[in-house]
Amino acid sequence: MAGPITPIVMPKWGLSMKEGTVNAWLVEEGATIEVGMPILDVETDKLASNVEAADAGLLRRRIAQPGEVLPVKALLGVMAPTGVSEEEIDAYVAAYVVPAASEGEEEEGSVFQTVTVDGIGVRYARRGLEAGTPVLFIHGFGGDLDNWLFNIDAVAEHSPVIVFDLPGHGQSDVKLPGTTLEALAVFVVHFLDAINVKQAHLVGHSLGGAIAAQLAGDAPDRVASVTLISPAGFGAEINTAYTGGFVEARSRRELKPVLELLFADPALVSRQMIDGMLKYKRMDGVEPLLAELGAALFKDGRQTARTVDALAASGKPVLVLWGRDDHVIPSAHAANAPEGATVKILEGTGHMAMLEKAHEVNAAIGAHVGG
Amino acid sequence: MARKISMKLAINEAIDQEMSRDPTVIMMGEDIVGGAGGEGEKDAWGGVLGVTKGLYAKHGDRLLDTPLSESAYIGAAIGAAACGMRPIAELMFIDFMGVCFDQIFNQAAKFRYMFGGKAETPVVIRAMVGAGFRAAAQHSQMLTPLFTHIPGLKVVCPSTPYDTKGLLIQSIRDNDPVIFCEHKNLYGFEGDVPEKSYTVPFGEASVVRDGKDVSIVAYGLMVHRALEAAALLAKEGIEAEVIDLRTLSPLDIDTVLESVEKTGRLVCVDEASPRCNIATDISAQVAMQAFGALKAQIEMVTPPHVPVPFSPALEDLYIPGGPQIADAARRTMKKGKT
Repeated sequence: MAGPITPIVMPKWGLSMKEGTVNAWLVEEGATIEVGMPILDVETDKLASNVEAADAGLLRRRIAQPGEVLPVKALLGVMAPTGVSEEEIDAYVAAYVVPAASEGEEEEGSVFQTVTVDGIGVRYARRGLEAGTPVLFIHGFGGDLDNWLFNIDAVAEHSPVIVFDLPGHGQSDVKLPGTTLEALAVFVVHFLDAINVKQAHLVGHSLGGAIAAQLAGDAPDRVASVTLISPAGFGAEINTAYTGGFVEARSRRELKPVLELLFADPALVSRQMIDGMLKYKRMDGVEPLLAELGAALFKDGRQTARTVDALAASGKPVLVLWGRDDHVIPSAHAANAPEGATVKILEGTGHMAMLEKAHEVNAAIGAHVGG
Repeated sequence: MARKISMKLAINEAIDQEMSRDPTVIMMGEDIVGGAGGEGEKDAWGGVLGVTKGLYAKHGDRLLDTPLSESAYIGAAIGAAACGMRPIAELMFIDFMGVCFDQIFNQAAKFRYMFGGKAETPVVIRAMVGAGFRAAAQHSQMLTPLFTHIPGLKVVCPSTPYDTKGLLIQSIRDNDPVIFCEHKNLYGFEGDVPEKSYTVPFGEASVVRDGKDVSIVAYGLMVHRALEAAALLAKEGIEAEVIDLRTLSPLDIDTVLESVEKTGRLVCVDEASPRCNIATDISAQVAMQAFGALKAQIEMVTPPHVPVPFSPALEDLYIPGGPQIADAARRTMKKGKT
């Protein structure tokens, strides 16, 4: 009777996660679990977050103990209906084997690749199917490909996925191809050329959203569809307490309130997130580069570039997702979306919808790209 | 891109990158080019434990093998720093600092102040610290408190390869004399280190584990022992917050105070002798500034007040371990207010 037993396993958040530390259970044995319900608190070297239930069921057994460090896909708990006996659960737990990493996942080195585009080394990774039009994720100002850690695997279930670090960001070279949206969009096209991708579904966040919209207008033949999450380029206002504060913050104490602006719930800003951002900002050349880019794009608290018209002219299917409580770029800008665009305002969500509301965002992307 | 390298390689990479970036960076020390018993420059061993291996081949005569006279070459490095170079002096074991105290305490540390701010002394003195190497009483001391005591010196003692590279680059770029303490038993310890150059600022402690019940403050090798203790305590349902001070001067007391205000309990761990050390300093500052937040007595975990023993069995007993630190934390949990 192994059928009705459903395992709860250690999730894989992002490309480099190999193991996680179990901090606490959030539900008791005997609880009825619904999909999306937070059931455990898990910590990695990048973040601490809730594990949300992927399946519904009755929690019969909590296997993982607080403090334990367990590999991805390790058995954390067991769900089964009341008809399943304790012995059957014992047998299931005893027989459970952590699945080996699938092909290409063995070494972190093989997950990430580097390609040189216009003289700039770019870190990127490909996931999911080989065939089909890939989904290209473009992160925002000061971000990196780990911004998509809750989205990559979900989208990779139906489409090929490409994530990369913009120039001057993450672990790509600390150089810029220019400080205009046009220059950044051209760079992304050259990146697609370099990795032999003819056309992609673009998913852009914040500045990455503005780049995606610009790219759709400038090179429509390279774009299948556009998904924009809290994009720049839809209006003039932008919160310089974030864009300027992020550049200027030198210490953990200075950076924390700045990062809290990103989320509807400031408690989502973890120590790991702050430390990770500081590690990036403390690389030689990063701070002046961000200052230069920020000054060009968000001069005096106003966005200098507008992408809505280019986006409308592209004629591509457009999906716009915006957190109602976005403290960086106001969700009111969503009203400026081009005619025919699908617009979804997410309640109780800030600037980082793809992290804050991963389930909804993944489902919306799936529906939009036809996955 | 980040990859895993040892603390020893992180030191080598920091020096290499700074020498490539800045032609005023030079290095001097005993055997840093050649090596004990070798043919000198030809086999280029790179110091007593091979930390500077390969640097001579790349940077040539900007690395200088010195005579066996710490007082002479530490003085020379300080003089060169005062005249516009950025020297890194390697002084094998911190235990040998005694012969060049005048140069360090009374010259380097004082120049900025005694010349009305017109003189700067951007020198880095690197030295191995700590016990557990079976090297007996004259090669095993943790003398960090001596240097922390002197105004005008900055004192660094990292616990991870990442922090080591970033703090050493920061030390080389800093315009004041820096005593850079490397725990010899961490040289082989590996961790993620970006290939690119980066800095870790002075005066910012690192919270290496979050917890709500008790704050454990440590630096150097003791950070790892504190983490062992935290893992033991977690099994008993006690959540320890572990703070790595990283730099002892300047000291980030604010991070310690914030943590103690949250947990109400403090364990200070120090591998230095128990009197007038970093643990006593932290304890005093917390007692003064956050007395109201404390729910129990402050605990200190240190070696006994004796020279480091040569007997391996005794040396192992001498160095504070994870179980001892966990015991101290349990004592703070049992006593006092709830």
